[in-house]
Amino acid sequence: MVTIERPVTATRAPAGPRPRRRRPWPTIAVFLAPALLLFGLLVLAPIAVAGYASFFTWNGFGVPTEFVGAENFRRLLADEVFAGDLRRTLLLVGLSIGVQLPFSLALAMLLHQPLRGRRAYRLVFFAPYVLSEVVTAVLFTMIFSPNQGLANHVTRLIGLGDLGATWLADTRTVMFSLFLVISWKYFGFHTLLYLAARQGIPQELHDAAATDGAGPWRAFRHITLPLLGPTIRISVFLSVLGTIQLFDMVWVLTGGGPIRSSETLAVTMFQEGFKRFQVGYASAISMAIFLISLVFGLLYQRFVLRRDLEGAITTMGDRR
Amino acid sequence: MRRWSRRSVLGLAGAGTAGLVLGGCGGGSGSGTGTTIRWWHIANTDPMLSEWAKMARRFEADHPGVTIEITALENEAFKTKLTTNIQAGDPPDIFHTWGGGVLAQQAEAGLIKDLTADVGGWRDTLIPAALDAYTIDGKVYGSAVDTGMVGFWYNKELFARAGVTAPPDTWAGLLDVVRRLKAANVTPIALAGKEKWPGHYYWSYLALRIGGLDLMRQAGDDKDFSRPDFVAAGARLSELVALQPFQTGFLAAGYSTADGQAATMGNGKAAMELMGQWAPTVQNDNSVGRKGLGDRLGFFPFPAVEGGKGRITDAFGGGGGFAVGMNAPAEAIEFLRFIAQPDNARIEARTAGVLPVVAAAQDAVTDPNLKLVARTLATSTGFQLYLDQTFAPAVGQQVNDSVAELLAGQATPEEVAAAITTAAKQG
Repeated sequence: MVTIERPVTATRAPAGPRPRRRRPWPTIAVFLAPALLLFGLLVLAPIAVAGYASFFTWNGFGVPTEFVGAENFRRLLADEVFAGDLRRTLLLVGLSIGVQLPFSLALAMLLHQPLRGRRAYRLVFFAPYVLSEVVTAVLFTMIFSPNQGLANHVTRLIGLGDLGATWLADTRTVMFSLFLVISWKYFGFHTLLYLAARQGIPQELHDAAATDGAGPWRAFRHITLPLLGPTIRISVFLSVLGTIQLFDMVWVLTGGGPIRSSETLAVTMFQEGFKRFQVGYASAISMAIFLISLVFGLLYQRFVLRRDLEGAITTMGDRR
Repeated sequence: MRRWSRRSVLGLAGAGTAGLVLGGCGGGSGSGTGTTIRWWHIANTDPMLSEWAKMARRFEADHPGVTIEITALENEAFKTKLTTNIQAGDPPDIFHTWGGGVLAQQAEAGLIKDLTADVGGWRDTLIPAALDAYTIDGKVYGSAVDTGMVGFWYNKELFARAGVTAPPDTWAGLLDVVRRLKAANVTPIALAGKEKWPGHYYWSYLALRIGGLDLMRQAGDDKDFSRPDFVAAGARLSELVALQPFQTGFLAAGYSTADGQAATMGNGKAAMELMGQWAPTVQNDNSVGRKGLGDRLGFFPFPAVEGGKGRITDAFGGGGGFAVGMNAPAEAIEFLRFIAQPDNARIEARTAGVLPVVAAAQDAVTDPNLKLVARTLATSTGFQLYLDQTFAPAVGQQVNDSVAELLAGQATPEEVAAAITTAAKQG
């Protein structure tokens, strides 16, 4: 263990108009170099290489030589599978924001009430989040298994017959089954976020509202919800980015099938790159995923998170 | 949140970077006293897992200073890992290969050794056509280890229950058997729809029976899969699909999973499956009590199609072999020669239920069904490698994808032919 013996303040300049201090550039460079090197090598370089490869027809063996310009991107824009991926991503985003997050919010409000066994509930609801996506997917392939699966046992018990057998095997239901599994895994995480934020709202506000005659709904609508705003906005952000990059769960659960009815952007990229050895085209898809995430991230920060980020510690100098 | 998906995006790109950076560097094995041979194979379950480990230990004992490092992976995991390594310019010294289009691409990029001169010594000990899948432009790039063919495995008891006395030898006959099985409340066919390769067997075999071996050769040359014979194959398959012969939820079923194709067959829940020579072993492994069907299991070749140019004796299948990485030490080839000795080939045949390519080892095949497959193969009039192996990967995967759409009732025979042709022209 290293402890800093000397108080940090000892090096500070005395109060008053501060002279413009020379920054210790060499020191900064020495300490920053390893991080920059790793970041450049592991993050920036692969992006650059993928960008480079996306302009070639390349099977991944040897060095790319067959330059085709923007052909891969033109093909991508005309690709029905890619269009389908985008549609499916939008569907999942819509379902997450419209169903999963409100459910998590409602649950968080419920768990905030003085409830017997509240801690146990929290633990149980959060437990799925701890499992890896692969474990979750394997678990649900067993649950949705046509003969011995739990889903079928349940549907038989309530008189619906073998309904569960085709949840993953039918092109019309597979996306909803997938959404169910995603929700099962992630609702606890969002619930926890909301619960933590809810507990940070001072009780006085609700007391005051009650004194003014506001009912529970009005108190929720005008006090709780606005104050949960920053948390909700972050939770939507995480949810959307996660959905855009969704891979493992789909890969293990359905492999993108039946046919391609549950294929996501990342699954298509994997198929093209590792199954069809069309690495140039796969790189174009990876660039598309990267750009979609980037554009979404920037726009979201600019227009939605702006208020929340104001006054945050990441200001540049005195500028806000 | 979903960290892995990000990483796979970068991983793909990263593999590319490594490929550029490491492209020229050597593997660094095989100098001085200690030589390490990295051996990647797909026998990740016993008995072959331990048999091959024992074989490696015996080789090490005979060759002081040589260490064989074994990596045994499941099929799909193997393909992904190998692809990454090969793209990084670092192929293992010895690795499993199915030959065909993928091997050709690897050879073209100069990533594997030309074994033509080396196999000369032992090629006469192999059965004819053993090296066909590994021969590209007259050069041999792999050493065959096992071989086999695809055919119908059937449950004799369930056939009897439906009043079927003899396996069908025509397509019409097969459709009739399916109808009878349905009438007797038996699921006619088990199929793994989640994995698409088992489905592609149907379309490929039909194309082979209708158009003959020449059809495949032509399509490989001129990249045209829209000939009437290919469309006809799709149309015949549609006839089967229309009878709804597959088990409930087959589109989400895996092959060797708890409730998958092999388990459905091995537990007696379906009457037939179209699968390669390994089917009985996998059925046993995935069935309740690991017993499989035992004596109730039978085998018959894919039926002939009325008026087709192909013969019922033309076989469709493939096998496994080993390729040698470009930087492998000389001992790696020595080890392949060692594996190809009849005594070692017999071990495979006896314990793992595979059909060896070493002629002298054929006597070690004892299972009656496997003997039947071996005999069918030995008397075959022609041989076609799996389509998803023989053509470039992009074409092979399109065959799998398009046939899957047909099986799900979502594509017409014409659309299947057109999509494969498009992929072939693009590649």
